[in-house]
Amino acid sequence: MSVTVKLPTQLRDLASGEAEIPVEGATVNDCLAALFGAHPALKDRLTDENGVRRFVNLYVGGEDVRFLDGVNTAVADGAEITVLPAVAGG
Amino acid sequence: MPPKSLKCKECQEEYPLEAIYACSRCFGPLEVSYEPLDGRDPAELKRRIQAGPNTLWRYADFLPVQRPPEGALPTGMTPLIRADRLGKELGIDELWIKSETANPTHSFKDRVVAVAMARGLELGFKTFACASTGNLANAVAAHAAAAGVPAWVFIPADLEREKITATAIHGARVIGVKGNYDQVNRMCSELAHERDWAFVNVNLRPYYAEGSKTLAYEIAEQLDWRLPNHLVAPVASGSLHTRMGKAFDEWRDCGLVSGPLPAMHGAQAAGCAPVANAFEEGADFCRPVKPDTIARSLAIGDPADGPFALELARRTGGAIESATDDEIREGISLLAKTTGVFTETAGGVTIAVLKKLAERGAFGPGESVVATITGDGLKTPDAISDLIHIDEVEPTVEAFENLELVGVSA
Repeated sequence: MSVTVKLPTQLRDLASGEAEIPVEGATVNDCLAALFGAHPALKDRLTDENGVRRFVNLYVGGEDVRFLDGVNTAVADGAEITVLPAVAGG
Repeated sequence: MPPKSLKCKECQEEYPLEAIYACSRCFGPLEVSYEPLDGRDPAELKRRIQAGPNTLWRYADFLPVQRPPEGALPTGMTPLIRADRLGKELGIDELWIKSETANPTHSFKDRVVAVAMARGLELGFKTFACASTGNLANAVAAHAAAAGVPAWVFIPADLEREKITATAIHGARVIGVKGNYDQVNRMCSELAHERDWAFVNVNLRPYYAEGSKTLAYEIAEQLDWRLPNHLVAPVASGSLHTRMGKAFDEWRDCGLVSGPLPAMHGAQAAGCAPVANAFEEGADFCRPVKPDTIARSLAIGDPADGPFALELARRTGGAIESATDDEIREGISLLAKTTGVFTETAGGVTIAVLKKLAERGAFGPGESVVATITGDGLKTPDAISDLIHIDEVEPTVEAFENLELVGVSA
């Protein structure tokens, strides 16, 4: 599947200034692995030894993956994965 | 306490005092940190507060901004009301109601907006915005009107009509998003990266959160520089609850008050209780939920400060509890009948949880309890319309004398 990962401002420097990164993968996990393969510095920012960091939110097609299958959520061709800090709002 | 930096609550990384809100290293929340007040005489600090204006700006020594912008709406110094009749009803010896209905737009959100907007203007922003469950929308719109700057307000499209009216009337551009608050919030988080706007609860969130501290300072000052034994506050994002804890800690550190932190209790609606659920399960992180409650102002399914609210409640011997919609309505009615304070649904949640805690024996003999009523009942009248009854008569004394009272007004 061809998927677009959308990055927030504070990560774009680590992805050659790009806001949207095209990757291939069948699940969110696959796509993150592909993203880290292309831009290794992102891995440490988004994950720690327990997986995705606790203040990182991931959305597929606008839905929080915690309401889906987490990082195992399947992604369709043309899907968008949005990465955002979790600390907004209130 | 001069503000020093923004500091990540997770990894302690420090950043300049700009419009940023998440750590670029670990995405943790940034919080304003201050130079320590070591060596400052508490009596002098107290005199400076007492000589200050009758608004939250009397606490400027503890805020990231030293003065309000010209023409700012006077905010804060709301009444702390001794509630003996409600206390007697619930078996609480010393009960106080902090009524935030007295703020300019009738909720505690005026505090966070006052501070965030002051900082945003200092940083040179020309346009203000927010994601809101309603009260924040009212406050951003009104404070922006007072400051003469444009406001863009993003709300769930199906919000209470009263809150939409009280926002749009100030000239704010109101965007009704077809989704719940968490979706509005996600959309605004994305927008904040694309627009040069001050989103008070996104890119200005560290300053916004500091405004909540003033509610706690006032309670301590109004109790004659004393901390209550217990505090009950609603929890939506957890920002208010946790910053009140921070405020009490700061005043203890500089000697303005002494004794242990109050037991910091949190109140959520059962239809949106991610923090209360985690508290009950003993978890240290919240699983997000899809909100379904009449307490729309607390309907945040993915609370940003959830883990910190859990930590604060546990550290201080507090509890985070939830109340059903019926209990919320009863809470609104009970408060109104025993204190004369009419609260919106969020305050009904607070009173319902206060009642549960009292019934469970959480408050000991002689202990002082403060319940924060964060918004006015006129914002959510539909929630209690079933409790309201009027008796109609023809305009004659005879008709009145013959009137059969069929119900007792709520």
